[in-house]
Amino acid sequence: MHEILVGAKILKKNDEIAAANREAFSGLGLFSINLISSPGSGKTTLIERTVERIGKACRLAVIEGDLQTELDKERVERCGVPATQITTGRSCHLDAHMVSHTIEWLRGLKPLELLIIENVGNMVCPAEYDLGEDMKVAVMSVTEGDDKPLKYPAIFHASSALVINKTDLTPYTDFNIERARENALAVNPALKIFETSCTTGEGLGDWCDFLTGQTGRA
Amino acid sequence: MHEMSITISMLELVREEMEKDGGGTLKSLKIKVGELTAVEPGALSFCFSSAIEGTPLEGARLYIEEIPLTGRCTDCAKEFHMEGFLVGCPTCDGPSIEKIAGDELEIVSMEVL
Repeated sequence: MHEILVGAKILKKNDEIAAANREAFSGLGLFSINLISSPGSGKTTLIERTVERIGKACRLAVIEGDLQTELDKERVERCGVPATQITTGRSCHLDAHMVSHTIEWLRGLKPLELLIIENVGNMVCPAEYDLGEDMKVAVMSVTEGDDKPLKYPAIFHASSALVINKTDLTPYTDFNIERARENALAVNPALKIFETSCTTGEGLGDWCDFLTGQTGRA
Repeated sequence: MHEMSITISMLELVREEMEKDGGGTLKSLKIKVGELTAVEPGALSFCFSSAIEGTPLEGARLYIEEIPLTGRCTDCAKEFHMEGFLVGCPTCDGPSIEKIAGDELEIVSMEVL
């Protein structure tokens, strides 16, 4: 019997592909975000409202991740922005290998400034898989609990920004935005927090300015 | 539930390492799982035993060392368990915490016969 010392990250392969994706994205000159939330927090609607606002001034592309269907890709395309769909089948998260298959498509869309990747609706698993994005953005909505950052800390820890969505519904819920902010900042004091309503448009300006600022064209 | 994809990645690495070592039979595998990772050790053990069933790795044991999420206060230099993942020094209340452990997800070693 003998011992082999390994000392290797289990997701080494994913991390290697993610590093190659990151290099490809950077070669294309684009800034990329990975949107992560529970199902139903309004990620796709947030993307629709975002591309409607900045899609003309900023060259962007969208990658949609879902278990099944191309419905979200079609929704984004109707807003006049190129989109591609990754259907993961039974997998609850996107991984770097799946995203690597979109790079040729992205090259064909040059020049690009912003890439939005919508992960599969899931607050747990996507936190573990680096896709090669520049920034993870967590999304939660006021129809969820304001204690979500405490219950699912890993994703709030890994994200640089948080969007609290559906703020127009706050009067109909027990959701306390101040408490949600406190909980999120307790887990990650560096989080940049946005409050948005895709129905009234409230807060979308700040969110869009933030994104275009990242691409260097504020 | 992505412990099965983690298990598959882990077994790929194990097979590569065994091949490099010249084959043999895997007796045990030691891994580290940090508290901050989105990986549940119980689910991972279950996936591991299901995934190796009927393969040459069948019978191998998985030992999981769970690593607590640990921070160090940059003001008073105390190290502490970041209970509930909350940031903030329990000793001096300092806000600036450096994370020093808890995001591990790695294979430490393998015992081969």
